Amino acid sequence: MSGFPILSLMLAVPLVGAIICLFVGDKMSRFVALGATLATFVLGCILWANFDIGGAQWQFTERADLFGRFQWALGIDGMALMLIMLSVFLMPLCILASWDAIKQRVGLYMAMFLIMEVVMIGVFMAQDLLLFYIFFEAGLIPMYFIIGIWGGANRKYAAFKFFLYTLLGSVLMLIAMIAMIGEAGTTYIPTLLNYDFPVQMQTWLWLAFFASLAVKMPMWPVHTWLPDAHVQAPTAGSMILAGVLLKLGAYGFIRFMMPMFPDASAQLMWIVFALSMIAVVYTSLVALVQSDMKKLIAYSSVAHMAIVTAGLFAFNQQGIEGALIIMLSHGVVSAALFFCVGVIYDRLHTREIDRYGGLAVNMPAYALFFMLFTMASIGLPGTSGFVGEFLSLLGIYEASSWVAFVCTTGIILGAAYMLYLYRRVVFGELTKDDVKAMPDLNAREWTIMVPLAAVALWMGVYPESFLAPMRGDVTTVVARLAPAKPAGDAHLAAGKPKPAAAHGETAHGSSHAGGVQ
Amino acid sequence: MTGDLVLIWPELILTIGGLITLMLGTFLGDRQIGLYQLSALLTLAAAAAAVVALFGIETTVFSGTLSVDSFGGFAKLLIYAASFICILIAPRFFGGGMRAEYPVLILFAALGMGIMASSRDLMTLYVGLELNSLAAYVLASFMRTDERSTEAGLKYFVLGALASGMLLYGISLLYGFTGTTDFAGIAKVMGGEINIGLIFGIVFVLAGLGFKVSAVPFHMWTPDVYEGAPTPVTTFFASAPKVAAMALMTRVVIDAMGPAVGAWQQIIIFLALASIILGAVGAIGQKNIKRLLAYSSINNVGFMLIGLAAGTQQGVEGVLTYLLVYVVTTLGAFLVVLQLRDADGNAIESIPALAGLSQRRPGLAAAMAVFMFSLAGIPPLFGFWPKYLVFEAAVNANLVPLAVAGIVASVIGAFYYIAIIKMMYFDDKSDTEIPAGGGVIVEDAVITASALWLSVIGYLFIPVLAVVTASAAAVLF
Repeated sequence: MSGFPILSLMLAVPLVGAIICLFVGDKMSRFVALGATLATFVLGCILWANFDIGGAQWQFTERADLFGRFQWALGIDGMALMLIMLSVFLMPLCILASWDAIKQRVGLYMAMFLIMEVVMIGVFMAQDLLLFYIFFEAGLIPMYFIIGIWGGANRKYAAFKFFLYTLLGSVLMLIAMIAMIGEAGTTYIPTLLNYDFPVQMQTWLWLAFFASLAVKMPMWPVHTWLPDAHVQAPTAGSMILAGVLLKLGAYGFIRFMMPMFPDASAQLMWIVFALSMIAVVYTSLVALVQSDMKKLIAYSSVAHMAIVTAGLFAFNQQGIEGALIIMLSHGVVSAALFFCVGVIYDRLHTREIDRYGGLAVNMPAYALFFMLFTMASIGLPGTSGFVGEFLSLLGIYEASSWVAFVCTTGIILGAAYMLYLYRRVVFGELTKDDVKAMPDLNAREWTIMVPLAAVALWMGVYPESFLAPMRGDVTTVVARLAPAKPAGDAHLAAGKPKPAAAHGETAHGSSHAGGVQ
Repeated sequence: MTGDLVLIWPELILTIGGLITLMLGTFLGDRQIGLYQLSALLTLAAAAAAVVALFGIETTVFSGTLSVDSFGGFAKLLIYAASFICILIAPRFFGGGMRAEYPVLILFAALGMGIMASSRDLMTLYVGLELNSLAAYVLASFMRTDERSTEAGLKYFVLGALASGMLLYGISLLYGFTGTTDFAGIAKVMGGEINIGLIFGIVFVLAGLGFKVSAVPFHMWTPDVYEGAPTPVTTFFASAPKVAAMALMTRVVIDAMGPAVGAWQQIIIFLALASIILGAVGAIGQKNIKRLLAYSSINNVGFMLIGLAAGTQQGVEGVLTYLLVYVVTTLGAFLVVLQLRDADGNAIESIPALAGLSQRRPGLAAAMAVFMFSLAGIPPLFGFWPKYLVFEAAVNANLVPLAVAGIVASVIGAFYYIAIIKMMYFDDKSDTEIPAGGGVIVEDAVITASALWLSVIGYLFIPVLAVVTASAAAVLF
């Protein structure tokens, strides 16, 4: 595999697909888009199969001196690999989800989605700071069109808000990047990752990056664009927004802010913790009172992302690994939940929770899948949500028991609003006539639900498949942060396991010892 | 002296070509319009070829009043190329109203602009500037029966005369306090103590030049003239003279006032920020696409001035790259405006009429979207790159607050650019029919080429551009 530019190929396939989609008719463009995204997914699988776990940090690297001042430098590590897999896995499902729902200007729609895919995986592949920024910002354009053309009634406002809000954040990051390039004299990310910026400068750079990434994330109080964007975007747009775009912020945290500015990260971690704690509780409470399904799930995304940020800034292996698993899990589960909303929206054309009720009677298969994803969102053991939340809370607890306490409250609230949503939509009496007339899942919807459910369960039952490629990278980040890491309040000490009476007892005891103060 | 003539071939060609075209027009009348157009285009092409042939020569002619260098060469190529396109697109717009004077005036304006870009003496500066301005005043009122056009010409003339007066006053002060009109000589005096007279001179010269680049607060004429002038003329005003004036301003600031950084830097910073912010805010309420593009040009000049404010070679490279990308984008955007005609062939300038353009003319709307995103500086479109360069220059010159203020204000500008895209893509079709253009291959080709270049393809030219702009900017340092 070495030497073959598979990463460039993965960018080229959807790009060519996008150009073709613009010129063929509506019918053909659906198949072209599906073909291109599936081909990219296959390439992604080949990439994963050939990824050498425990090998070099950066693999499949490509460098071409195309742009003089900066380079076409691509390469991935385990974290990027997993996020690329998430993107290429969700894309074909998004195309399928819009198969019937989108009737106007299909060619343009499909082209925008394919460009979106290029841009997203480009962000994860870029090894050059400017190339990263270009991909990072370029995502605004297709999303602006997707929300603005195919969105709901208030789509224009939502598109503007999305565009300007995220742009305002990003431009400050650009100034910080310029300062970094001036200081370090290179745009090559692996070099920058090990460059020690002066501590004073780190604080400013950190704040500028934070301004951008907190908006993308989105963190409280700059999350207000997200509910609007989600509510107005078409189903597939919400899927990709929640599934992948929200991960760009967290990816920026772990790829740039933490390893590049370790001292500033340690100094200012209180900001992240404070905002995360507020977000977890506040947005969960807001989610509890929503009457619009999409808005409810959008607020739940903000709450989940807050646990991600808190987990990342725990500065330890469990916290960061847990945060990464939440990112992957939330990518799958929230996309699935938005699709669940889309399924019934396509039938009744409303997102009002009160208009539904009793779906378990006439849509049993739908109710089953919806139940699974609700449980995964809550974090029921056996689903993907549990692994991530458990690991990250473990890590957060080591850093600060108060933060862990508040974040756990958020998880309880999460169970409350998700179960409440599920009860109102799926259970209860089936009284409304139009709801009675709704048919259960069709073949296309089954095709989308099954892979999503399979991955959510796989990640819950055997997370090692996903953790293994990332473990080495997390260790690298933790090692980079170690000198700056503040002492946590947990004072972990190894316990004194009893003399092994039974065989399984030893392992059991030592894993519990972590909580001993 | 005769040796000097060899080095000003571009100017000679333009003069002779312009005079020949004028004579042809006088004797053959307005019917042979194709012939004049051809002769003007050939003249410009020959002049551009002469510039290319002289590339690499760094010297001065006529006792140091005019320089022959790659900085001027770069600007002249841009000016000639923009003038070329503005002549090319005119006949379709004017139809029967096209007269021989149009190509002739553009040729003389191009000549004046070339002199502006390569002057290194206050007197040649003024001669070039006035030659350009006088041609421009006439061009603005070229449709003499049209009320808006004559009004634009008059406004431009009166305000232009005022600006020339300020410039001349500044020049006289500089001459009085330095004893020379030569840039190098002025710079020598500026290296010493700066007295109040010199500061006044600097302020007045920069005010006069600020008028020519239409920097805030000397921008009031721009929206009115851009709106009133015939569209090909507006296209011309927005492209070539901007290059000339910006190149001139750069040369004056760096070459003549270079040592007195403290005196001019704050003025440029003010002009830059005021232009960016007012250019952005002023555009928001506009209903006429030409007025909107006028504010957009004010806004863009502000970003160029950020590069100039840095006062470094890197900053000047940024300004030159910015000029190139700006000219390409502006020409493209105005060509799109030229194509907007209703079923009766009347030009459409109102922005609400653009609603739903993407469904009527998908190609045209896509090109306009590229130009708008590019002007807003959103990557991956190439408009991002010059913005990056000027901000980088500002950050490296320790002007971080300026860079932050400028880039935050650029988000305001993004608002109205994406509002145009919203109009074309999100809104329902307007009542105005916009049928496909009458098969003008040249316009379509220019629009397509510039849109493609501004999409990702432009990035591949960065290495070449870097070499060219570096050699051009190095002349001033």
